[in-house]
Amino acid sequence: MNPVSREKIMKRLLLIAVALSLIILPVILIWVGYNGSGIISIEFLTSRPRLFEYGGIYPQIMGSVYLVSLCTLFGAPLGIASAIYLAEYAPDNRITQSVRFFTETLAGMPSIVIGLFGLEFLVFYLQLKTSLLAGAISLSFMMLPWTIRASEEAIKTVPQEYRAASLALGATKWQTIVNVVIPAAMPGILTGVLLGVGKAVGETAVVWLTAGSGLEAFVPRSLSSPTGSLPMYIYLLATQAHTVEGVQRAYGASLVLLIMFLGVSVSALMARNYYLRRLGN
Amino acid sequence: MMKLESLIEKALFLSASFSALIVFLITFFLIREGVPALSLNFLTGLEWRPGQEFFGTLPTIIGTLWVVIGAVFIALLIGVPTAIYLSEFAPFWVRNIIKSSVEVIVGIPSVVIGFFGLMILVPFIRNTIGGRGESILAGWIVLAIMILPNLISLTEDSLRAVPKSYREASLALGATQWQTITKVIVPAASSGIRAAIVLGVGRAIGETMAVLMVIGNPETPWIPTSILDMTRTLTSTIAIEFSYAEWGSPHQHALFAIGVVLFLLVTALNFVATFVIRRNKN
Amino acid sequence: MSYQINEELLRFRPKMAQDKVIFNDFNLWYGEKHALIDINIAVKSNIVTAFMGPSGCGKSSLLRGINRMNDIIPVARSTGEVLIDGKNIMGSGINVYDLRKRVGMVFQRPNPFPMSIYDNIAYAPLLHDVAEEEELDKIVENSLRGAALWDEVKDRLDDSAFSLSGGQQQRLCIARALSINPDIILMDEPCSALDPIATIKIEALMRELKEKYTVVLVTHNLQQAARVSEMTAFMYIGEIIEFGATRDIFENPREELTEKYITGRFG
Repeated sequence: MNPVSREKIMKRLLLIAVALSLIILPVILIWVGYNGSGIISIEFLTSRPRLFEYGGIYPQIMGSVYLVSLCTLFGAPLGIASAIYLAEYAPDNRITQSVRFFTETLAGMPSIVIGLFGLEFLVFYLQLKTSLLAGAISLSFMMLPWTIRASEEAIKTVPQEYRAASLALGATKWQTIVNVVIPAAMPGILTGVLLGVGKAVGETAVVWLTAGSGLEAFVPRSLSSPTGSLPMYIYLLATQAHTVEGVQRAYGASLVLLIMFLGVSVSALMARNYYLRRLGN
Repeated sequence: MMKLESLIEKALFLSASFSALIVFLITFFLIREGVPALSLNFLTGLEWRPGQEFFGTLPTIIGTLWVVIGAVFIALLIGVPTAIYLSEFAPFWVRNIIKSSVEVIVGIPSVVIGFFGLMILVPFIRNTIGGRGESILAGWIVLAIMILPNLISLTEDSLRAVPKSYREASLALGATQWQTITKVIVPAASSGIRAAIVLGVGRAIGETMAVLMVIGNPETPWIPTSILDMTRTLTSTIAIEFSYAEWGSPHQHALFAIGVVLFLLVTALNFVATFVIRRNKN
Repeated sequence: MSYQINEELLRFRPKMAQDKVIFNDFNLWYGEKHALIDINIAVKSNIVTAFMGPSGCGKSSLLRGINRMNDIIPVARSTGEVLIDGKNIMGSGINVYDLRKRVGMVFQRPNPFPMSIYDNIAYAPLLHDVAEEEELDKIVENSLRGAALWDEVKDRLDDSAFSLSGGQQQRLCIARALSINPDIILMDEPCSALDPIATIKIEALMRELKEKYTVVLVTHNLQQAARVSEMTAFMYIGEIIEFGATRDIFENPREELTEKYITGRFG
């Protein structure tokens, strides 16, 4: 075969692979949307589950919202502070290198291992019980390295000239960071945090081991209440429901979860654009 | 003022050390709970019957390897050509659309992908190929979907990092674009692609929910002989059994020991990947 | 090659001016590299002093010695004295932040903060807590007037600084440097990223600024040094080869190296 016609065939094969990777997202979105939209109603979104397979998913929605908000409250400030240290202060020495190495190790840790650790350390050792607090803290362990990575990258892309200009005006290092570097890095930091939030919303294994079984039919009343969440609820119904109603609810909950996830992703993009516009770029 | 500045620096250093602290705590607590159950028999035993205190994980380890290797292979078959198309052929706007759509898949909750596998793939396999449907094959497909996005973007990055001058030199010698890609660009990017594969293997070993929902998880796992067999993975065993394991029992220690194995495997793979990437950069 | 030297500059005699910044045996190292070697010069007050020389000669490092911006480079260390108004700024009791409040700096490329025009100027006064809210408007206006930018931007102070042209951005950076009410203004090749018309405006501004401030200019542009500076230091590989009235440097260089550089026979 001559090289030119082989070239054509190869290009076709490439396009088949591209089509396969491209088709996954729309197929899953349409499948969930098609099967899930039928059951969505005000009642479904605002009432509690009954008899496992009936009723609404209000406690699961709120459980997910609480878990993720608390997780962000713990994880985001810590992650941003770590990133500031690594990007602005860290001298290039053994200590910094090992801090970086451990951050990467944490990023690569399977979520079930983080769940196991949360179960042993938070639930049993610190006696937080299977609860909202234990779940949120465990989730924040998972989110932390991603926030650090994204924020560090964002801080590092702030032009050195901004820092020089601020220091030359007599600002201290910290004043420069707070007033110039962080605002300039905000779009990247925000996007990073929101992507972390998106990850936390869909995380199942960690909340399974630390937050609750997913059957909880009530909104958590305190930090020590066991807390159901959408992913756990979907898992339980998908694998253990016996009725059409149960499966329908799994579709409905999946649709709500996907909308929450896409909502977070879209607001990540919008926040980035808003800041970029305000900065005049 | 200088005092405040150095206080702030110390506080920031403490925050940065927190990740390291968590890793230490994870290591310490996993080992404390898991090591009592770790033994040669734990790794080579064929029988997993918690009720009779048989904790052999060999079938589970082999099941995990089956699922992971197949999934990575499928992801490679689709992902590498996609990355080649993106970096070498795609116009700017096409590349943008594909990249962002692929990046959204990374975030899709794995439980939704598992649900998809359970409702669509499993019945499809059962009806067209046979078996129960819940199978290693279903695990391959679901897991391939999960690791595909990262594989594509890492591979594409390393292809794009190949200097333009290589392309020009090869094309100027009369090579076709395809010859240039296979003979020059892919080899030049190979260490980056190898790192992407190793990271993909690490991620696949650690993935829990999507796989768990489609592989059947038999009561007593066996060493699989066909891709239509049901099986278990390390992660699915922990997830399914932790709530039945009484705290402090040998069963609980055995589950933590699986956690130790997972932790060591994944950390080692990530270490290798970073090492390969670093060597490539220098 | 001939240089046009301003009438006004021709009349200048170094003895007419007071010393503002004095370098005494000043040395600077970046790690192993000896970047400035035994610098001994006096920068006079209320004139423009130019540091010129081929790139890498140390002229920017010398400029940064005046507001200790070399401190932010971890591997930099120095010996010797730098006196401003007779006080050694390298001494131990010196607050470097107070020092930088007295010495404004303008950089090679315009580097406004990603904020509004107003906020760029208000940044430092707010930081140093020197201004009440109502005074701030006044400071912003005065600084912008001082940088000859007020008339062009007074109706759009809330616009992003990036909406300005390159030349306007650089004048904004000059205004920002004026906002802290310094005695000395350091300019590190302030026109190298600007077009000729914007350059002419900045040079006119330098001539105005020296009425109130001591201006130190780093430039690789010989014509620029000849157009705006009363005194010029020619530097080469970390050393001052020749320092004197600009007229003398350009018309009667004492050193052969200077003459080579001036006449373009260098390297």
